Parts: sequence; structure tokens; C-alpha cells
Amino acid sequence: MKLSTPAVDPRGSGTIVEGTTVTQRISTWMNAARGVSASSSAFAAVVALLAGAGLVAAAGANPAQAARSLLSGAFGSEFSIANTLVESVPLILVGVGVAVAFRAGIFNIGGEGQLYVGGLAAAAVGLQLGTLPAVAVLPLMGLAGASAGAAWSLIAGVLRVWRGASEVINTIMLNYIGIYLVQYFLHGPLQAPGVTSFGETDALSRAARLPSILAGTGLHAGFILAIVAAVAFHAVLFGSTWGYRVRLIGANPRAALSNGIGVTPTVLWVFACSGALAGLAGFCAVSGVQGRMIDNISPGYGYVAIVVALLGGNLPLGVVVAGIFMASLDTGSITMQSVAGVPSAVGQCIQYLVVILVIARAALNPTLVRRRARKVVAA
Amino acid sequence: MTMLHWFTSTGGTGFFSATMRLALPVMFAALGGIFNERAGVVNVGMEGMMLFGAFAAYSVGVLTSSVALAIGAALAAGIVLALILGLLTITLPGDQVVAGIALSLMCLGVTSYLNALQGTTGGAPSIGAAAVPGLRSIPVLGPLLFEQSWLGYLAIGIAALTWFVFARSSWGMNVVACGEHPEAAETLGVSVMRTRYATLAISGALSALGGAFLTLVESRSFLDGLTNGRGYVALALLVLGVRTPLGVVLAALLFGAADAGQLRLQVTSPNVPVQFMLMAPYVLTLVALVFVRRSRPPAALGLPYRRQGAQL
Repeated sequence: MKLSTPAVDPRGSGTIVEGTTVTQRISTWMNAARGVSASSSAFAAVVALLAGAGLVAAAGANPAQAARSLLSGAFGSEFSIANTLVESVPLILVGVGVAVAFRAGIFNIGGEGQLYVGGLAAAAVGLQLGTLPAVAVLPLMGLAGASAGAAWSLIAGVLRVWRGASEVINTIMLNYIGIYLVQYFLHGPLQAPGVTSFGETDALSRAARLPSILAGTGLHAGFILAIVAAVAFHAVLFGSTWGYRVRLIGANPRAALSNGIGVTPTVLWVFACSGALAGLAGFCAVSGVQGRMIDNISPGYGYVAIVVALLGGNLPLGVVVAGIFMASLDTGSITMQSVAGVPSAVGQCIQYLVVILVIARAALNPTLVRRRARKVVAA
Repeated sequence: MTMLHWFTSTGGTGFFSATMRLALPVMFAALGGIFNERAGVVNVGMEGMMLFGAFAAYSVGVLTSSVALAIGAALAAGIVLALILGLLTITLPGDQVVAGIALSLMCLGVTSYLNALQGTTGGAPSIGAAAVPGLRSIPVLGPLLFEQSWLGYLAIGIAALTWFVFARSSWGMNVVACGEHPEAAETLGVSVMRTRYATLAISGALSALGGAFLTLVESRSFLDGLTNGRGYVALALLVLGVRTPLGVVLAALLFGAADAGQLRLQVTSPNVPVQFMLMAPYVLTLVALVFVRRSRPPAALGLPYRRQGAQL
């Protein structure tokens, strides 16, 4: 059987017909992994970088030197690679969650709130069980973070399933509610003893910290977790029956219903998985980077992850690449500012340009999940 | 004091006046949102437009000390942003929600950066109160409606104008047609794309005006992320208010009342943690969305429209 069998929509949006055989499933995986939208993402990245070079030149600096410093800042040394990869961990984790949700036609904009809630839960568990060995504490913290994130996400999920309320608005509202709730704990019951003005918990014990995987750098084991999660979800999404159900619900909800697929439980599971991943991102930020839960644990990772998911073509493996790319712009632009004198905002501008171009290009190349109108903001 | 006394006491009138004042930014944005949602385009970028409008009004206001120029700058910023969103979602069939979120994110980043560049705080020209003597003494309605700045009266005027457009004007009917059945509208000679662009521009302008209200009346300074999700609340108000001017005004007042209430409670009940007060308006919005009867959205809302036979 040829790989380009018509059982699979070559555009890769997942309009799978029923009764896929193993070979058909493999061809699905390959079509998906080929990332039909990879070309549009790469195109967007290149154009944005060129435009960034133009901005740099307009600012009076040397584009070549700026590019060199950007690259060296992101990947130039073991230290900078570690920085970039650490920065990419929350983007990848939340991004995979957002991508999986997009595949089901669900807009999970609540990654930020879920990250905060997950981080707080992980910190609370870590503080309580800090005397246990790492091999016991860390999984429990991860479980706590994932569960909290999943629960927070399920609030919006239940509202959608039970009342038909659009999750776009609800998840955004829950972001603000979740962050305020976490702040209450950080300034109240869980505030570090002796601290009055900062919102932060006590420091976690050594055992409750994610170990470094690259000696001498801050690259923590959370990065491995992120990669494993991305691979696992890619496999599940494109190689399992559940993943097929998820994609069918996103591509054609009516077909899913009429085929007897349990839409409601699947949708709820998707909300839960999406939230769990964001919660794990919070756990990684707390245990791997900060060593405690703080007020501003996330500079907007939950929102940037939406862009990362889009850039990655809503493919978990693509999200890994996109996450590292966006993180490299963050870390590289800092070096670009100190070495080439270009304001780090140019790095941000490149990110924004990439976003616009990806959206525009994706509009011309319909490989991403398209939503049914009613589900968007109807209530 | 008894309930009835409270309505006319200083505490009561202050509360109602604050309700309207706190409702106005979201009211502007939601009123604008009526236009584009009725035309079939959802504008999730309202948060970004409101934020940029606030920043534009602030920086131009500080530079020129002119309220008129500040408001003009805000309107211009809102319209430009709306046109960008329109390019991505109307001309190109991009996903409206994704494009809107991306735009809001961008506005947050750009305004934060420009604010850091600018480096000033405070000093924006202000729009003073313009209470209507006599009418302001009517219990409840008086402070609510007649003890506002002129921007407040403008909002009421815009609400009335919106009602007129959709109830009595033919352009309003064209807008509704674009949102319900764009193909039919196109066959009748209505340019769906141009109408949608126009409504989106109105939406951007009004959202930005709401943002300008924040900087020129509420707090005469700009802070990063000043709007704090109000643009998204406006989206919720559109659902709660069934996408009609009266409904949206009432929903906005509800949100304003929650905000005014939590501000007062912060003072009167200092034992309750402030974070619970701050989250109250958002919780209220969430709960209200849950319990509202399903409002039927325009049939073509969120779907990109392509003229038949046109190739992109």
C-alpha cells in the first residue's frame, strides 16, 4: 500500500475515514510528522528574521553582528544552550497541551492560570514532603502539579460540556481568578515565614528540586520531561484510537457524534490533559528553576505557548522545535542587546512577526484545525 | 441605616456613580463589539485595542496636554489595529480567535516596551466630571447616569445610536445580513468584506476609546497591562447582553457594580483577603455566563467568508 493512500487527507488535517489499518495509521503518522505546515512555519520564521535584520539596520546597528550575537546568545556555549533549553521547557509543555486541545477543536487559553495553580500545588506538596528522598518527592510533586492544572482546566471543560459555555472566555477568566487565588496563598497561608511584602513560599529542600542534567548549568530534568511528554502525546494523538477520536472531534464534530464516539468524555479528557501539562510546566518552573513558588513565576508562558502551538502546526513534535525557536529568540536577544547594542525588543518583534506570518500563511494553507463557528464564542 | 436610606446617602450615590465609571471602559468595547459580532467577525483583540488605546491616549496626552489629540490618537490606534485584524481574518481566512489573541499579546508586549522607553508616569490631561445639576439628585439613576464625565454621556449616546443603527437603519440590516447569511447578503449587493471591515474598525475605535477612558479619567497614568482582562470581559458581556445595546449596557453595569462593590468592600472589610475582592468581578462574569440562557449567536459568526468563485 502506497504511503500516499487516499485514506488520509494529504493536507494532514486529520480527516481520517473509518477503519484504518496499521499501514494506514503509519501513513497518517508520517503525513502528520512530515508536518505539512512545517513549510509555512519555516517560511514565517525566515521572513520574520529577515525583517528583524531590517529593524536592526534601521536602528543603526550591524545586522550581521546582531545575528552573530543572537546565535551565540542562544546556542553559542554550553551555558547558553542550557539557558535556551530551560526557557523552552514551559513553552513546550504548555504548548503541547494547547496543541492537543486545538486538535480537538478546543481553545485552551487558560494555560497561564493552570501553570500557576499547578506550580502552587507542586510547591505545597514539596514543602510538606521535603524530607523524603527525591525519588519519592519529585513524582509526587509532579502529580500534584498535573492534577491541580487538570482540575483547573476541567472547570472550563465542565462548563463547556454541561452548559455549552465557550471555553475561550471562561479559560481567560479562570486565568485571572487562578492567579489571584495563588497570590492569596503566596501572601497568606503559604507565605514564607518572616516574609511580609513578597508573595513567595519557603525554599524547597534539595530533594524537592529537579536535578540538573548538564553539570554546571541550570538545565534541569524538566527538559527531559518536556521531550517525553511531547513524544508521548504525538504518539497518542496520531497512533492511538483515542488520538483519532480527538482529531475527529476537532475536524468534524457531527461525524464524531454520529459514529458513536463518546464526545463528552473525550473532550473532558482533552481539557484534563491540556491542564495537566500546564500544571507540569508550573511544577518545572517551581522545582527546576526557582526553588520555590513566587508571585511572578511565569512571564506569560501560557499565552506565548498558544503562539508556539500554532508555530508548531499543532503537532507535539513541532511544538518542541517551535518552543526552542521562541526560547532562543528570548535568550539570544539579551546577548544581542549587550553585545550589539540592539534593544532586546527587536527579538520580541521578530516573535510577533513570526506569529502574524504564521497566521496569515496558515490562512492560505488550511492544514490547521478549523473550528465550527458555533463553538467559538457562542453560549 | 435602612436599605432605602442607603440608596440616597453619600455612600449609595458614590457607589452608583462608581458603578457607571467602572463600567464605561467595558461598555465602550462591548458596544463596539456588537457591530462586528453582528457582522459575523469575533474580535478577541479588543483587549489589545483597549490597551493600545489607553497607551496612545496617555502618551499623546502627556506630549501635547490636549485631551482631543489624545482621544484622536487612541481612535487612530484602535482603527489601525482593527484593520490589521481584518487583514488576517477577513481578507485572509485566518482563524479569528487565534488572530485576536495573538494581536492582544502583541499589544501587551509593544505597549510595555514603549512605556519603558517613554519612562514617564502620571501627568495625563484629565477629563473632569460634568455632573448635570438637578437630574443628578434622582435616586439611583441620578448618580448612575448624570454624574459622569462627558465620556460617560457619550457612551449613553453611542448606545442609543447603536440601537438606532440596528433597529431602524438599512446599513444595520446589511450588517445583520452579513452575520447571518453572508452569501445571501452578497447576492443582494452588500459587500460583505467591506461591511465587516467597517464594523471591525468601529469596534477597534470604541475599544480604544474605552482604553482612553482608563487613562484620561480613571487613572491618569499608564501601567503595563492596565486593562487587566477587561477586553475579554467585554466579550463575555456581548454574550450576556445578547448582542443588543440595552443588554450590553446592563451587563456592563453589572460588571461595574461588582468592581465598585469589591473596591468598597476592600475598605470596609479589611479582614477579607484582597485577592478575593479582586477576583470577584471575574468570578461574577464566569458565573453569569454559566447561568445565562443560551443567546443565539449570528449564524456565520467566526466563519471566514469567501466570495464564491474567488481564488486566493
